Amino acid sequence: MSVHPNKPSQPHAELAQQFNKDEDRVNWHDETLWWIRQKRDKAAWSVPEWEWLRQTASDIKAHVLSNMHDLLTQFEAQALANGAIVHWAADAAEHNAIVHRILQENKVQQIVKSKSMLTEECGLNEYLHEHGIDVVDTDLGERIVQLAGETPSHIVLPCIHWKKEEIGELFHQHLHTPKGNADPQYLTGAARIHLREKFLTRKVAITGVNFAIAETGEVVVCTNEGNADMGTHLADVHIACMGIEKLIPQRQHLGVFTRLLARSATGQPITTYTSHFRKPAPGRQLHIVLVDNGRSRQLGREAFRNSLKCIRCGACMNTCPVYRRSGGHSYKYAISGPIGSILAPNLDMRKHADLPFASTLCGSCTNVCPVKIDIHEQLYQWRQELYKEGLAPKGKAVSMKMAGWLLGKPALYRFAGKAARTVLRLAPFMVKNSLNPWYKQREMPAPPKQSFSEWYAKNKKA
Amino acid sequence: MRVALFVPCYVDQFYPQVAIATMQVLEKLGCTVEFPPNQTCCGQPMANSGFEDQQAGCNRVIVDAFRGYDYIVGPSGSCVLHIKQHLHHEDETTAAQIRSRVYEFTEFLTDVLKVKTIDARFPHRVGLHQSCHGQRGLHLSQMSELVAEPFSKPEQLLHMVEGLQLATLDRKDECCGFGGTFCVFEESVSAKMGKDRVADHERQGVEVITGADVSCLMHLEGILKRQQSPIKVMHIAEILNGA
Repeated sequence: MSVHPNKPSQPHAELAQQFNKDEDRVNWHDETLWWIRQKRDKAAWSVPEWEWLRQTASDIKAHVLSNMHDLLTQFEAQALANGAIVHWAADAAEHNAIVHRILQENKVQQIVKSKSMLTEECGLNEYLHEHGIDVVDTDLGERIVQLAGETPSHIVLPCIHWKKEEIGELFHQHLHTPKGNADPQYLTGAARIHLREKFLTRKVAITGVNFAIAETGEVVVCTNEGNADMGTHLADVHIACMGIEKLIPQRQHLGVFTRLLARSATGQPITTYTSHFRKPAPGRQLHIVLVDNGRSRQLGREAFRNSLKCIRCGACMNTCPVYRRSGGHSYKYAISGPIGSILAPNLDMRKHADLPFASTLCGSCTNVCPVKIDIHEQLYQWRQELYKEGLAPKGKAVSMKMAGWLLGKPALYRFAGKAARTVLRLAPFMVKNSLNPWYKQREMPAPPKQSFSEWYAKNKKA
Repeated sequence: MRVALFVPCYVDQFYPQVAIATMQVLEKLGCTVEFPPNQTCCGQPMANSGFEDQQAGCNRVIVDAFRGYDYIVGPSGSCVLHIKQHLHHEDETTAAQIRSRVYEFTEFLTDVLKVKTIDARFPHRVGLHQSCHGQRGLHLSQMSELVAEPFSKPEQLLHMVEGLQLATLDRKDECCGFGGTFCVFEESVSAKMGKDRVADHERQGVEVITGADVSCLMHLEGILKRQQSPIKVMHIAEILNGA
């Protein structure tokens, strides 16, 4: 199944190169996200027990991953007792079909949806569109990319790649705001009026789920705009879609995560709205769709199971020096950046074989992660997996085997090293040309006449 | 104290002056330094590309070269980290011994030799590049992402150098974009990251960029030279050697 049929299929490096054609824009993108990283730092430093919180959150999630079966069963029983309707979806296709069936049963053609990375992962918008359902994303950033016919480039900041002037132009086209008006407050006001009509008329609201509490059977949704609340309060039917890893055991654990989530995401102490949905109002419906879509498989991969601890804060994207300079769409997956690069290969290794290489393994992602996922270690491990599965590019495999062979033979290595330095000195055009990607924007190191081992043999041994 | 000098392949071939400085500083501090001649590479280029099994030859070479030394010291945090994390051999006892005895140059000075003073003068404005593997891997310095007490082993040493003025960077520990084979397979992002690092040092008016990892410095030097910048790169051992 193609998760994102409308997304480009070029490798990350090529899409990143296109992104880098406009250096001013790259600078702007980088600085915008770095500013958020700095806000995150400030927020983290305001909590003296920050590192303890991270460890505790990581431990709670480790417990969840080790007790998935029991906690899911407990959650389902509680949710049913509360009057919710619980659905189980093995994959994206089942998830989409379940949502569609609920809409058909309620004879609804138009719905509102607040932010849900799971539905992005499942390609729900495209699926429902193909089935004649009109979906309006009510998160402002998501509405912007939806009007533009794009997918989000960032899980928390979906339209972070759009400048306000461009949004002004987009709104002029779609919402008929005056041409040239790029005042954020004005544009937000226009979006409010536009969305208000949708909220008032749509009978089904879809939301994502940030946390699902096994003890009580309730789901918790965090937003800054209140759009999830506005949607669900005005609709007769609330469909909450969640990956099975969103569970936490008890309500008392929630505070650990809410203290980390918004601080990590945007540097706010807490999201503006943290809403608990426990039971449907009289005469209304609450559906909860529990989705696996590869999560059980990832749980079974020992090196990668911790990736399921992710609470989707986006901090790893904001800090990633590669993400900041390549843009979210270069990852071609609903969840971009470092975390996306360790989640995506689980769904389709061949399709996402380039992503674990879109990193210098600098490790900053691992350090900001509020649930302490060893992201850069997993990127390294995915590289090994891809090679084992025969998904490494042929040329790379040949050159790495040759390098490994040569470097296992010290005498040959010394000979080759001397030869290479001689070539570089006497025939620099062999390396200083457009076929050498290093040389495009960087000079080669100056080749010395003597290597250190040659110097040592002459000066020290005697 | 018998110290083996670990000179990674590209330092051996392109930056012999760094290995010489490393050796001379260690000797000045009283170490008996030996350079086992049959050494090549830590194996990282293959392993980081996904070909961990192709570093078996390197592992054999490392185990043969460094067996039995009290300490193994190298001027490149990234290669040292790779040995620490990934050196394996059928003689696992020796491999484990090497993994625990291999040190990056600056941490060896601060943690093992416990150096308090250094006889070196370097009257220049210097910017320190924190290499990711040295910093986040070997914990040579505190990381800006963590809520934890700051410290920096390379800075501690640079503060002992007479006349040296250390600049404060806007982004004190952002990656330079070298990343091994990343620098060619993701050329545009890699070069952009390098340019941005260089620009930060330029804004602080540094004359010299230093660091504890030659690979990052090689990357930054490639960019500086292309831009015909007057800023030089020097490994920290060269500065501590009196320059």
